[in-house]
Amino acid sequence: MDVKHIKDYLSWLYYQYLLITCSYVLEPWEQSIFNTVLLTAIAMMIYSSYVFIPIHIQLAMDFFSGIVGGQHESTVALMS
Amino acid sequence: MPVEPNHEECARHSKCPSPLPVHNGALYKRSFNESFEETPMFVAVLTYMGYGILTLFGYLRDFLRAWKIEKCHNATERGEQKDFVPLYQDFENFYTRNLYMRIRDNWNRPVCSVPGERVDVVERYTEDYNWTFKFTGRVIKGVINMGSYNYLGFAQNQGLCFLIFFVFRFNLLLSVSFRYDTIPVSLFFSSLQSVFLCNLDIHEELESLVARFLGVEAAMTYGMGFATNSMNIPALVGKGCLILSDELNHASLVLGARLSGAPIRIFKHNNMQSLEKLLRDAIVQGQPRTHRPWKKILIVVEGIYSMEGSIVRLPEVIALKKKYKAYLYLDEAHSIGALGPTGRGVVDYFGLDPRDVDIMMGTFTKSFGSAGGYIGGSKVLIDYLRKHSHSTAYATSMSPPVAEQIIASMKCIMGDDGTSLGQDRVQQLAANTRYFRRRLVEMGFIIYGNSDSPVVPLMLYMPGKIGAFGREMLKRNIGVVVVGFPATPIIESRARFCVSAAHTKEMLDLALREISEVGDLLQLKYSRHHFVPLLDRPFDETTYEETDD
Ligand SMILES: Cc1ncc(COP(=O)(O)O)c(C=O)c1O
Repeated sequence: MDVKHIKDYLSWLYYQYLLITCSYVLEPWEQSIFNTVLLTAIAMMIYSSYVFIPIHIQLAMDFFSGIVGGQHESTVALMS
Repeated sequence: MPVEPNHEECARHSKCPSPLPVHNGALYKRSFNESFEETPMFVAVLTYMGYGILTLFGYLRDFLRAWKIEKCHNATERGEQKDFVPLYQDFENFYTRNLYMRIRDNWNRPVCSVPGERVDVVERYTEDYNWTFKFTGRVIKGVINMGSYNYLGFAQNQGLCFLIFFVFRFNLLLSVSFRYDTIPVSLFFSSLQSVFLCNLDIHEELESLVARFLGVEAAMTYGMGFATNSMNIPALVGKGCLILSDELNHASLVLGARLSGAPIRIFKHNNMQSLEKLLRDAIVQGQPRTHRPWKKILIVVEGIYSMEGSIVRLPEVIALKKKYKAYLYLDEAHSIGALGPTGRGVVDYFGLDPRDVDIMMGTFTKSFGSAGGYIGGSKVLIDYLRKHSHSTAYATSMSPPVAEQIIASMKCIMGDDGTSLGQDRVQQLAANTRYFRRRLVEMGFIIYGNSDSPVVPLMLYMPGKIGAFGREMLKRNIGVVVVGFPATPIIESRARFCVSAAHTKEMLDLALREISEVGDLLQLKYSRHHFVPLLDRPFDETTYEETDD
C-alpha cells in the first residue's frame, strides 16, 4: 500500500519534470540525451561540492579564526 | 435607447478628490468585470526555460538535418536555388519545424459529424513523430465539443433550421466543403457571379432581415466574413485617412487596414487612455509632413476578442468617437447572437443605440451556424458600399441554402417563428457562460477576459503543457482547442473553450470535472486570485464629456 503510494508519487513527480522541462514533447533519444546531460551536470555539481566545500569551509574557518581571536594563539605558537 | 454619459456625475467625480477609486462606471449600466491575472513569476521563468530547451534541441535537429545525419521531412531549398534568398531560415519556420511539429497532433483533427455540442473525431496515429498521420479506421464518438464557435447551438442536423436548410432545393450545388471553425453543416457554392447580376429575392430578404435584427437602416451581406472585412475597409478609408486599430484585432481587419493604404496606428488592447492619446495626437498634429487634418479617422474594434475573451469597452469608445468626431468600425464576428439580453451583440449588451456605431460588421459563421458576413449601417453607407466595395463587385453572392439557414436561425433568435426557442438559447448561453467561467475561476485556473464572454481562455503557459492538455482532454472524450504562438504572445499559451447554448448542465459539469482533473495532473491551477481590476483608474485622466463647440 505504502510502496504503491510512493511509486505513484514518484511517477507523478517524473511527469511534472517531463512537463516543465518540455522533455514531454521530445523524442525518446532526445529525452535520454537531455536526462543524461542534466544528470551529469547534477552529479558533477554534487561531486565537486562534496570535494571542495569541506576544504573551503576549513580554510574559511582558519582564516576567520585567524582574524578574530587567533592573534594570541599564533604568537604563543611562535614563541614556543 | 441611447445611454448618455452622466455629465453631472462625471464633473463631480473629477473635481472632488474622493478616497474611493473612481470609475468610468457612469457609462456602464452593468458591472464590467474583466480581468487579466498577472503571470506568476516562476511560471514565466519555467516557460522561458522550456522554450530555451526546445530551441536548443531544435538547433541540434537542424544541425543533424543539415549534415544529412537525419532525414529531413520538411520542405527545403532546392539545390539549384541555393544562391537565392533563403526561404526557410526565419524564426517562424524554425518554430514550425522544431516546436509546433512536436505537438501537431492537437490541431487539424479530422471531424466526421456535425460539430454540434458533441462531435465525432476520426482517430489517427503517427509513426514518425507527427510528420505524417495515418487513420486507424476508428472514430472517437461523442466527444464533448468545447472548441466550436457554435454559440447558439445552430450547428445541428435536426430541428427547424436544418429542415429549412435542406428542404430548400437549388440546382446549382457545386461542391461541398468543410470549414475549420463552426463547420456549418456543409457549404454549397452556387455559381452566381456577382451581386449585381444575381441578387435573388432571398438575398434581399436576408439583407432587410439583418437590418431589422441589428436595428440599423440598411445592411448588406457577403459570402465570406473574412472578405467582408478585408475588402470593405479599403472601400471606406484611403489616402489621407487614419486607422486606429486595437492591437489584438483579427487578421481580416489587419489585412483590410493594410490594403486600404491608410496609415495605421495601434492602441493597447481595450485601453481607452491609449486610444484617446492617439486620437488627440492625430487631431493635434494632423497628417505627417503636411500637417493637414486627417480626412477621416476610423477606429476599428471587435466586439468579443476571440483569443482574450474580452469585451470591447463600447460605451467609452463611442464617447471618445463622439468627442473627437471619429468613425467607428465594430466587428461583431463573435459577439453577434452571443451577447446581450436579446442576442443583438455588444450594442445590445451595453444597451446602446446601434446608430452610434457607424459600421456594424459581423459574420454568420459563428452564432448562426452558417457562413458569410454582413455590414450594417446607414442607408448612405450601404449604398456607397454597394457601388464601391470589391466584395460586391467581384465576389459570388451567397449561396441560397446558406442564406436560408441564416434567415431561419435569425428569425429564431428574433422570435419571428412564433416560439421563444431563440430567446431561450440566448439566455441559456448567458447562463452557461457565467456558470462555466465561475466554476473555472473557483477551481483556481487563470481565466482571461470578461465574465460574460462565452470565449473562455484558460492559461497553460508552458509549451509541454499545451500538448499534454489537448491529449489528456481528448483521452477523456472532451475536444478542446489549445492555442500557442503565433496566435498568442509566446509565453501566454492557452486553451480556449467556447461555451454553447447547446451544452447541457450535465455536459458542462462533466467537462468541468475532467478539466479539474487534468488541471491537477498538469498543475495548471496557477491562480493566486490577485485580480487587477481594470476599472480602477482615476477619472481625471480621461473624461468623456462631449464637447460641442
Ligand atoms: C473578428 C473576426 N472577424 C472576421 C472573421 C472572419 O469570418 P469568417 O470566418 O466568416 O470568414 C473572424 C473569424 O474567423 C473573426 O474572428
